[in-house]
Amino acid sequence: MKLTRRDLLITFVKGAALSALPMSAYKILSPSEVHAALKESNIRWGFIVDTDKCVGCGFCVKACKLENEVPYDVEVSRTWVERYIIMKDGRTMIDTPHAGRDGFTTQSVRGADVNPKNIAKAFFVPKLCNQCENPPCVQVCPVGATYQTPEGVVLVDRSWCIGCGYCIMSCPYGARFFHPVHKVAEKCTFCYHRLVKGMKTACVDACPFGARQVGNLKDQNDPVTKQVLTQRVAVLKDSFGTKPQVYYIGLDENVR
Amino acid sequence: MSHAWRPLIVLAGALVFALVARHFLVPPDFTTGERGFMYSYHRASSPGEWKEFKVKYQGKEYCGECHDEKYESNMKSKHALIQCENCHGPAIDHPEDPEKLTIDMSRAQCIRCHALLPYPTSQRADIKGINPSEHNVDEQCADCHDPHEPDLE
Repeated sequence: MKLTRRDLLITFVKGAALSALPMSAYKILSPSEVHAALKESNIRWGFIVDTDKCVGCGFCVKACKLENEVPYDVEVSRTWVERYIIMKDGRTMIDTPHAGRDGFTTQSVRGADVNPKNIAKAFFVPKLCNQCENPPCVQVCPVGATYQTPEGVVLVDRSWCIGCGYCIMSCPYGARFFHPVHKVAEKCTFCYHRLVKGMKTACVDACPFGARQVGNLKDQNDPVTKQVLTQRVAVLKDSFGTKPQVYYIGLDENVR
Repeated sequence: MSHAWRPLIVLAGALVFALVARHFLVPPDFTTGERGFMYSYHRASSPGEWKEFKVKYQGKEYCGECHDEKYESNMKSKHALIQCENCHGPAIDHPEDPEKLTIDMSRAQCIRCHALLPYPTSQRADIKGINPSEHNVDEQCADCHDPHEPDLE
């Protein structure tokens, strides 16, 4: 076959066009990119726990259990309150009797008397699911029974969970447990059913002292967002890279 | 046919079987969201099922709609910050269902806050408190102190 100059030039142009094409046309879009291009949620639920305000009454735990049908007298709970007592000699005592459901009503810790004169600092820390930006519990689910909603809440699909317990083991915060009735993994949902109706979570409503607040972190005018942006807040186990969306005010180094 | 092909056919058969089984066993509405397969692979109807979950705690304003006198007097007292339902129990669909709420009048309810815990660095120390094992042990707090408008006399 004889190649004319004309054919050669045309071939060059075709070749240049083809080699330019793959960069854009052959790019495989990830589902997240497609979804983001279609529509992105303008809600990201976040939470503030003000440990300075918590007095350890436990109304939040009681309300959570009743609202979310978590068996009341079983030692499991979606949220709980921890008491930290740091003695002047450096010892630390931590307890959470019945997850704090009945409040803290005695000065003794797990039956041991504590002399208030020897206490350097003592305070209460409410805990719940951190609704992590990068939830390890979701990554490990082998069947797709737990997932993050567009609003950032991590939910469990009760009809699809096989109860293997990987997620319970993987949560660095111990926020998950096995539901004794439904026999599936159970966790805090940020009261998803209440948030979608414009209500606050049951624990936020039950707290008399405003130690718990829930809000939309994507809304710059939300009181919760303003506090996260302007106050000194910390998250639990930052080094794990889970990016918790529960922010703590007044967090102490002894809190784990 | 060479011997090498036979196991390959078996493997191909197993693969086809697995794909067919997967097609029938996995619900058709499995989907991904904003965060891709790692974080949002789920049954599309699952969030809707959670949204349907029954709300039990209705909030203080809901109670005030009917019990306005109690509501207003309580809102002027030191206990204004406490939800009615913290003591009266979740309203759910009250007054239809349940018709009557169970009121928690126990000492345990009061000492959640009013058992004295003189802790530095905690606002618990600022709440007026008693030692529950010494202060009128066998009596109901509400016999002397009105929980709606508490005072210490």
